[in-house]
Amino acid sequence: MSREFILKGRLWVLIENGKLFSDIDTDMIYHNAHLAVTDMDEMGQFAFGNLEGYKDFADKAQPGDLVLAGDNFGSGSSRQHAVDCFKALGVQAVMARSFGAIYKRNAINSGFPIIELPGLPDDLFSNFEMAELNLEDGILNSGDNSFQGNPMSEVARNIYLAGGLFQYAERM
Amino acid sequence: MGRTLIEKIMSSHGGGDCHPGDVVWIDIDNRTARDFAGASVVGNLEKYGGDSPIADRSKTFFTFDCNVPANTIPYANNQQRIRIFAGKNDLKVYDVDAGIGSHVVIEEKYAKPGTTTVGTDSHLNIMGSVGAFGQGMGDVDIAYAFKTGKVWFEIPESIKVTLEGMPAEGTEAKDVALAMLRRFSNHELLGKSVEIYGRWVENASLEDCVTLSSLATEMGAIIAFIPPNNNVLDFFGMNCDEAVYADSDTTYLQEYSLDIKGLEPLIAAPPSPTNVYPVSGKTDVKVDGVFVGSCTNGTYQDLKYAAELLRGRKVAPGVMLKVVPATRATWAKLLDEGLLKDMFDAGAIVSNAGCGGCASGQIGMTGEGEVQISTSNRNFKGKQGRGNTYLAGIGTAVASAIFGRIASVLELKKVM
Repeated sequence: MSREFILKGRLWVLIENGKLFSDIDTDMIYHNAHLAVTDMDEMGQFAFGNLEGYKDFADKAQPGDLVLAGDNFGSGSSRQHAVDCFKALGVQAVMARSFGAIYKRNAINSGFPIIELPGLPDDLFSNFEMAELNLEDGILNSGDNSFQGNPMSEVARNIYLAGGLFQYAERM
Repeated sequence: MGRTLIEKIMSSHGGGDCHPGDVVWIDIDNRTARDFAGASVVGNLEKYGGDSPIADRSKTFFTFDCNVPANTIPYANNQQRIRIFAGKNDLKVYDVDAGIGSHVVIEEKYAKPGTTTVGTDSHLNIMGSVGAFGQGMGDVDIAYAFKTGKVWFEIPESIKVTLEGMPAEGTEAKDVALAMLRRFSNHELLGKSVEIYGRWVENASLEDCVTLSSLATEMGAIIAFIPPNNNVLDFFGMNCDEAVYADSDTTYLQEYSLDIKGLEPLIAAPPSPTNVYPVSGKTDVKVDGVFVGSCTNGTYQDLKYAAELLRGRKVAPGVMLKVVPATRATWAKLLDEGLLKDMFDAGAIVSNAGCGGCASGQIGMTGEGEVQISTSNRNFKGKQGRGNTYLAGIGTAVASAIFGRIASVLELKKVM
């Protein structure tokens, strides 16, 4: 797993009705029909399997991709699957204007980078452009545009460097 | 300066002199996992738990409620894997007969006012109903809590909401919760600890408090605390000196007042719990099925009310009425008091205790185009099947089952 702080990859800008897709809940990210799956490698195929317009995400996603959404990404249930399905596909990070609280914890604990970009305009970034995300500064660059979000918190940074909550605890 | 409720609970659980934004390690009184994600908790502990995967057996247990008894082989496998692990480590399992874990934790008085509880259920913040901290977390967090008794927690900002006035007759706790969702949507309280005050909550039953706090997740809040009133204190056999309250001189990030005087029954139309309308504006919607139950509206008080409304009446032809009591104890009381017969005679299907309609089809899913009225807490697309789910209180749900279209309990009482 990567421990880099500068991530480069293709940017998925999730859009609904011309705006950044908001309120993507955990059933849209990873439907409850597949909750009995416990092997992370099998989870990738179900990523966004219930998200209108993106049901073929798992087929089209490439390792290294970055995902960008609107407000309240990952609201809903506590399922870790909704984080792990992205890790399984090799997605490097998810960015959103805001995240559901439990989703945020789950991502941090599994060492998966998420960055909040509060106030991000709907049309600043374009789909499938190459982008560069700086986790330490919270800055996303793509094309000619740049946006300053919230830098990774200290807890998130430490757990990310360790590779997960348990690995971090071993070093405490 | 005074402290908010969450700051006080966290300080008394190892958080020290903590303030919003601080990340602290807190002691967890009750560490739980359900059948959903519980197997992954076991997997984490087998991988990382070492020789002593459980810090304190008396504070650690499993609650099966999601798919009970298992109707898929993967769920059956997961439950069995948990039973074997629990057996090896001498942990209690509230098995497939027990009912909804978050309710069992209150019913068994583990989650007393002022305590801390975590589990793999995103509605574990229901503990806010008794002035206790609760939080749903993923399997990594919960495995860590099982092993160490602790989790990290970022102290959130607190918001005070005062409910002004009393609702109209026929309006229930769910309608008050829907009024909050209508007012605050899922953004305004996002990531915040909410404290709810006002005459209504001061007089609410424990069950009403459970209903209101259970919708905190849908509001995006970390938790919605209701300071323990006499009804709640009586249930736990405590007096107010033993419970935790916010200091009277504390300050909040924001203070709102929400007028619920004369509030009428409300309903949340698909596809979001925040898409709220007066029931009276939706009475032309034909209904195919009704689900009564869930951690939001599955208590004895809720089901007794449903049974009383159903007594001597019939569910409309072609309408399914599915009832799932929250816990086995609720089931037993309904049985003892003859209330199950009222429901049965009216045409209801009554299932064993559990999460019912919200989980993976314990009591059936909805099909394409099917309209369901549910007393649960989520109507996101695909959550309860392919159909269109509306969220409402017991009165609206039962009245709708009887009329075969969306109807309020006031209509039911007027006409029949």
